[in-house]
Amino acid sequence: MNRTGTALSTYALAAYVFLHLPLLILAAFSFNQSRFTVWEGFSLHWYSAAFQDAQLMEGTWNSLVIAMVATAASTAIGTLCAYGLWKRASSVLSGSLYLSLVTPEIVTGISLLAFYQWVFRFLRVQLGMHTVILAHVAFSIAFVVIVVMARLRTMDVQLEEAALDLGANEWQAFRHVTLPVIMPGVIAAALLAFTVSFDDYVITSLVAGVNSETLPMVIYAIARRGVNPVVNAISALIVFGFGALILISERLRSR
Amino acid sequence: MNQLRAWFLAPSWAVMLLLFIAPLIIVLAYSFESRGAYGGISLPWTAESYQRIADPIYLAIFWRSVWIAGVSTALCLVLGFPLALFISRSGKRKDLYLSLVILPFWTSFLIRTYAWMFLLRDTGLINTVLQKLGLIHDPLPLLYNDGAVILGLVYSYLPFMVLPIYATLERLDRSLLEAAADLGARPWATLTHVTVPLSAAGIRAGVALVFIPCLGAYLTPDLLGGGKSVMIGNLIQNQFTTARDWPFGAAISLVLMAVVMITLWLSVRRTPEGML
Repeated sequence: MNRTGTALSTYALAAYVFLHLPLLILAAFSFNQSRFTVWEGFSLHWYSAAFQDAQLMEGTWNSLVIAMVATAASTAIGTLCAYGLWKRASSVLSGSLYLSLVTPEIVTGISLLAFYQWVFRFLRVQLGMHTVILAHVAFSIAFVVIVVMARLRTMDVQLEEAALDLGANEWQAFRHVTLPVIMPGVIAAALLAFTVSFDDYVITSLVAGVNSETLPMVIYAIARRGVNPVVNAISALIVFGFGALILISERLRSR
Repeated sequence: MNQLRAWFLAPSWAVMLLLFIAPLIIVLAYSFESRGAYGGISLPWTAESYQRIADPIYLAIFWRSVWIAGVSTALCLVLGFPLALFISRSGKRKDLYLSLVILPFWTSFLIRTYAWMFLLRDTGLINTVLQKLGLIHDPLPLLYNDGAVILGLVYSYLPFMVLPIYATLERLDRSLLEAAADLGARPWATLTHVTVPLSAAGIRAGVALVFIPCLGAYLTPDLLGGGKSVMIGNLIQNQFTTARDWPFGAAISLVLMAVVMITLWLSVRRTPEGML
């Protein structure tokens, strides 16, 4: 390898260290006996503390319920949308999806809050799990559409045409030919939607009500009070859990 | 087909209209109302909230946000371009190296920000290590300043810069590089005169994708700036929670949205390829 190449590789190594070391250190210190940033020996103490923390567990449960419902809805809606747009583009719809993606989270959050408060003038409802779920569906559809669309673009159009020629109707062609072909993309999109939903703090914290505190909200509250190894433990679990999930999703997407 | 397509698009139309467009319209309406006696809103219609943005205190926060986002974007470009170049040149391992860039991006934003709190605070790892080594006596004030916010933003949004630049480098016609080399250009000259200009589309997309979320950042300045480093996002959040001045918060949000749109229009002019 020439000199430029060596310099570039050395740089890349440093960049990867920068990207990954902070989380690895965070995870490593979750196994520390001491609550201070001095290594005093291996311990699983903070993990058991995390699992005994009622707030953290309730937050985890809420986050899982919200993410599962929101993922199911946004994957279904987004997949249908991607297919419809693939058949024939709609600049207005894709434009608003794209806009929803680049809108700062804080703006999405306050606009949903303002919207909910306005609706509540007419309906006797309050902020809660349902408002969080609706918000999550709204912001994750764009992610689903992008991933499914990428998969549709690689699909052979003739497959569907063949199905139609052989007497399938539009729905049957979609259901029995296209959907199975794009399934890896749909699964990858669902995993992505799940992650985006499970991780969200900014929008969620604005539209959550009593009894709908999510895991990121609990973590945030602890982090605001200072560093706590319990957060390191729960972070390690989330990072590696989702890391695995995303690796699977990448595999499926490139298959 | 058209009928089926209409049914397929209907749910997403409904969600986007109801949960994205309508809320923005309500924010638009709120921004022209006045603050009510109990923090709610009331008529009459007024442009007062927009006039208040011109107050030097708020203008300062706007400029500060633009400055922090600008510096972060510049740093992401300087750090991200060589990384994208490295990945595009790494042959069979491309997918692995690309996944390594994407991986931290899809792990919780909150946790990645918390990781820097863990490293930078007074009793954090960096200060502890430096003190143990005897290099410093008192802890360095690493956390709760603009530098920490910029570091956090660069760390969080670097993948947004790498991915679009990588995508254009990947499609770059190799023969052009060879032609430059054949004509006697040194690697550096080839890079600045051929590679960089040809990847301009990716650079523009990357700049937009980093600048926009940095400008509207909320969590990073909140946690790493510790209230000292207030950005537009924190100002908006404050108006909707503690200050309870919704019309003003709505007006700031819309100005932020306008800046976002202008940035997009200037840098991309159209939906980046492969997005939708």
